[in-house]
Amino acid sequence: MSERLLAVRDLNVRYGKVEAIYQASISVDKGTIVSVIGPNGAGKTTLLNAIMGVLPSKGGIEFCGTDIGRLTTEQRVTKGMCLVPESRELFAQMSVSDNLELGAFTRYRRRDKGIKRSLDEVYELFPRLLERRTQLAGSLSGGERQMLALGRALMSKPTLLMLDEPSLGLAPLIVKEILQNISNLRSTGVSILLIEQNARAALQISDYGYVLENGDIAMEGASKDLANDPKVIESYLGMGGAGQEKERQ
Amino acid sequence: MDSSIFLLLAQDALTNGAIYILLAMATILIFGVTRITFLPQGEFVSYGALTLATLQMGKVPGTVWLVLVLGVVAAIMEAFRLQRAGLSREIPVAVVKTLIPPLVVSGIGYVCAPLNLNLGLQVLLTIMIVTMLGPLVYRVAFRPIADASILNLLIAAVAVHFALVGLGLLFFGAEGVRTPAFSEAQINLGVLTITGQSIWIYVTSIAFIGLLAYFFGRTMYGKALRAVAFNRNGARLVGISPSLAGTLAFALAALIGCLSGILIGPITTIYYDSGFLIGLKGFVSAIVGGMASYPLAAGGALLVGFSESFSSFWLSAYKDVVVFTMIIPVLLWLSLRSVHFEEEE
Repeated sequence: MSERLLAVRDLNVRYGKVEAIYQASISVDKGTIVSVIGPNGAGKTTLLNAIMGVLPSKGGIEFCGTDIGRLTTEQRVTKGMCLVPESRELFAQMSVSDNLELGAFTRYRRRDKGIKRSLDEVYELFPRLLERRTQLAGSLSGGERQMLALGRALMSKPTLLMLDEPSLGLAPLIVKEILQNISNLRSTGVSILLIEQNARAALQISDYGYVLENGDIAMEGASKDLANDPKVIESYLGMGGAGQEKERQ
Repeated sequence: MDSSIFLLLAQDALTNGAIYILLAMATILIFGVTRITFLPQGEFVSYGALTLATLQMGKVPGTVWLVLVLGVVAAIMEAFRLQRAGLSREIPVAVVKTLIPPLVVSGIGYVCAPLNLNLGLQVLLTIMIVTMLGPLVYRVAFRPIADASILNLLIAAVAVHFALVGLGLLFFGAEGVRTPAFSEAQINLGVLTITGQSIWIYVTSIAFIGLLAYFFGRTMYGKALRAVAFNRNGARLVGISPSLAGTLAFALAALIGCLSGILIGPITTIYYDSGFLIGLKGFVSAIVGGMASYPLAAGGALLVGFSESFSSFWLSAYKDVVVFTMIIPVLLWLSLRSVHFEEEE
């Protein structure tokens, strides 16, 4: 088995008195794509934010074998974690190339020499960003913004990339393209923790999956198995299909 | 009013306007990066002029001791913060890191003050001492409450203002000072006499504005500061820590304030409390720029400079009233356009 990159043990997150995440344990191995699926409000985004240190949490978060529970978000970025949030959080008033450069801020501070090369790689991966490099990030279309958010994250050369709903609000054709991009990232050696409403697509490109319900890990397993599990099919994959059959009867 | 008076007033307006541009930029920078309405910006101006004047007398300025004391306080606060966060092992390194810059600066200040260096070196020494105060003030007064509301941060800023003015009186006494001009040269253009000092002000301001434009537009740290101002969450996610950005912004603001003080020292008498009014005029200019736009604020600064100098001719008793009344139409206009800063969470 490959090496463990991220191990989250018995994680609890509360908003005031409300338990948003209760005793959740997940792990990500090096070089794999892991997806977390589940209904709206199950706590998927909360889970990612807690792992990234944006939200305070209780429990163990180990990254590359060391406990990072006390580190700030910025320190976790330096360690090689990177979160692309659902809201993208781009610098809308700055140019595309400035956004990408800032993605490498922690590497710049460490005097990393390879930033220019990473920039070329990102432009190679997303040629459309190269065309629009002088445009303001705020003027981009939804799909381009997601590409920029991904590109900015890659500029930090993360070992673990966490993606929150990368397909949200995008046209189906662009969703396909973005998911293809994500799937291709695996070859660059980056591990990915993916959160998706689009469960079918998520299970297609991931190796392992978790089902989060009401702040709890309800199921887990290899993505192939999950995709064939009757309960998962009914709740998350069957949408439309199952409903139509019932209507016909 | 004839043309010669007009020219004199315009020259005055430009000289003051140049200074207000610098101060407005510092105010916008700090507000954008830290959400602090930094009223004490003007105190850096008076500290700059008064520190230089004290150095000229061959004495050790009180600001040297202030740097030292704030440095020690900052180190103690850092130790307590780490202790409470359960990171006791990191305390020694953090304390040393916090202490070294202020110790070095105050040490150099203490040793060099009585040496009667030439004016250029004294200016450098002054800039070093006062610029160091910026990050220290941020660390001691603002970083512990960095997540407070804009209003609470403003209240803390007012407190810092009173503290700094009081300390100014303690350090420098109630006497006003004038520092020697950088240049005694004079250029006569018909009725107009342009002094070497005002040329110094123009050139330095323009050069410094150019430098700031380069810093914000081309360098990684400058872009990082803008990124924090535009999107705090996004900045954290790429690893730009708010406290690093705040420290940098305060250092720049203190540098700008100190430079302004050194530049105007030879043309106006500076007292321990003179900085406040000067800083407020920079603040008014920043408001004209909506606390966000540097070019608009620069225009606002020139507007403030002109209305100040012309109202001092026509209604000299009310010159400050005229300047500060300008805020009202601007705020009205801004509120009608409903461009406002939303409180975060």
